[in-house]
Amino acid sequence: MISGGGTTADVSSSHPSPPADASTDLAVRVVGMRKTYGDVVAVEHLSLEVRAGEFFTLLGPSGSGKTTTLRVIAGFELPDSGHVELHGVEVTRSPPYERPVNTVFQDYALFPHMSVLENVAYGLRVKGVGKRERSQRAGEALAMVRLPGVEGRRPIQLSGGQRQRVALARAIVNRPRVLLLDEPLGALDLKLREEMQFELKAIQRELSERITFIYVTHDQDEALTMSDRIAVFSNGRIEQIGTPGEIYERPVNEFVAGFVGTSNILVRDGKRYLVRPERIRMLAAGEAGDSRTVGGVVREVAYLGGVTRYTVALEEDETLTVLRQNLETSAASVLEERGREVRLTWREQDASLLDTNQEEEAN
Amino acid sequence: MIGASRWSRVALGVWAALMMAFLFIPIAIIVLYAFNPSNVQSWPLDGLSTKWFSSAWHNAEMRHAFWLSVRAGLLATAIALALGSMAAFAVHRFRFFGREAISFIFVLPLALPGIITGMALNSFITFAGVSFSLTTIVIGHATFCIVVVYNNVLARLRRTQTSLVEASMDLGADGWQTFRFVTLPVIATALVAGGLLAFALSFDEIVVTIFTAGAQNTLPIWIFGNIRLGQQLPQVNVVVLFVILVTLIPVALAQRLTRDTGLLRSRARPPGALPQGTGQLS
Repeated sequence: MISGGGTTADVSSSHPSPPADASTDLAVRVVGMRKTYGDVVAVEHLSLEVRAGEFFTLLGPSGSGKTTTLRVIAGFELPDSGHVELHGVEVTRSPPYERPVNTVFQDYALFPHMSVLENVAYGLRVKGVGKRERSQRAGEALAMVRLPGVEGRRPIQLSGGQRQRVALARAIVNRPRVLLLDEPLGALDLKLREEMQFELKAIQRELSERITFIYVTHDQDEALTMSDRIAVFSNGRIEQIGTPGEIYERPVNEFVAGFVGTSNILVRDGKRYLVRPERIRMLAAGEAGDSRTVGGVVREVAYLGGVTRYTVALEEDETLTVLRQNLETSAASVLEERGREVRLTWREQDASLLDTNQEEEAN
Repeated sequence: MIGASRWSRVALGVWAALMMAFLFIPIAIIVLYAFNPSNVQSWPLDGLSTKWFSSAWHNAEMRHAFWLSVRAGLLATAIALALGSMAAFAVHRFRFFGREAISFIFVLPLALPGIITGMALNSFITFAGVSFSLTTIVIGHATFCIVVVYNNVLARLRRTQTSLVEASMDLGADGWQTFRFVTLPVIATALVAGGLLAFALSFDEIVVTIFTAGAQNTLPIWIFGNIRLGQQLPQVNVVVLFVILVTLIPVALAQRLTRDTGLLRSRARPPGALPQGTGQLS
């Protein structure tokens, strides 16, 4: 599934890129899509390809165009230009009810006047599936999201987490080819959210014929945890598409580096490099460093339990954030390190060159 | 009211009681008069009797006026339901030039004194050379009945998640199915409440009716005429009692419908559950 490919290979249709096997089995293809609301450009010349069965995440800050892209795929918005294909079928102008996709809405959008079972069975009902079959299939879907026994309740009688599961069951009961999820976990508290992240992945694996998931979020951890591939959005454009590893370890520019994880930017010989905080080692006195070694002063220390975060001011008027596991250190000992002079080191391969893909990005 | 003294609370209670008495004693007296055995209104009553009920019922003029009022009320309500809900949908769903103005014009007849609406309609009807009839009464009543339905439906639509319609379409329902299975059930109680209020408003309307009825008598006009001339007062009292009931019941029902729609019932909601943004009117 994670067949990799270049970081931006799929961004533009002019690149005949991804691996041959994937190009024959695309779930979603968006080409040259542009969408404006009045004077505001929500999405500009956007192209992306999602492979069948993939867990694909649209990641970006609010207003970056990720939800607009999702809504265009769902059929709620008509793009100003460009087109959308679902499994090779052009659907740009098709209404939502003619597309083989289902959506899990951010606010769940459960029908308040229907019971949970009626909500889940709704898609089957409007397609004319018989009463017995739709009850049975709705029951199965509720079991799949691990929510049996609430069939007769109204949505208002459920907790936020339960509603979320009903919304999911209502979408998957129709066996869509593509499932769209618009920040579905946004309204849940942290613990529940983490639990649901794993469950969503489990459900996707469990579905017999794998459904393609397109997931919108602004939460980088969520994106890294669940995705096969991630598209990072900014200002209505895609900055980078890649696996979580590629996005995190080889971001193409400062935006991606900063949005996914904490970024340390260093300028050397007019080029900009990124070093992740956990890749930097603080050297003990007299210890030899790796290929790169710099000196600095510890300005801030934050003890985070499992790790400690240091902010180190370098001699070259730069600042680096360093994360260190508290293997041998304690809260008392790390806090004493404020103001101390330190030497930092990292391996050559852990400094990745930024802005390498500028030209391709311009396409 | 922490810190409010006992006296101020007592004073407030007395004031509230006086207000209620001021509002409801006249109505209570009318109700009592309906059971007055004598045909002269004098106090205290000589006893209680229902003998005027049957004579009121067999009064041909009264029956004619009553049926005219019922027909006018039903027709005005039907027009209000159709036009009011369509207008609410248009204003809620679409952004178009003049939207605010249209919204204002719809609500205006409720704020406008009836006498102005009445005079305007009267001169227009005369100018157009149309003869006064049931139709002209219905048109007059529809002007303010539309507002009631429009306001109720619009308020309901605004409190309903817009994503419900999208969710329905997303799940495979076309426009008609979405209307039938989602939109209509969600606004149903608002429609019924608006319709009941509209009927109640129309049934006892007098100012606009005077200007649009010509020589016809609706029930309120018949009552007004008799009271002014001091005729058939015992029967009028009975009819007034009846009108009170006919207008009170729909208003009370409408209140219940907009409060307790079943969409909003929060009974058994687990603590910490998110409030659902649907429905509630009052």
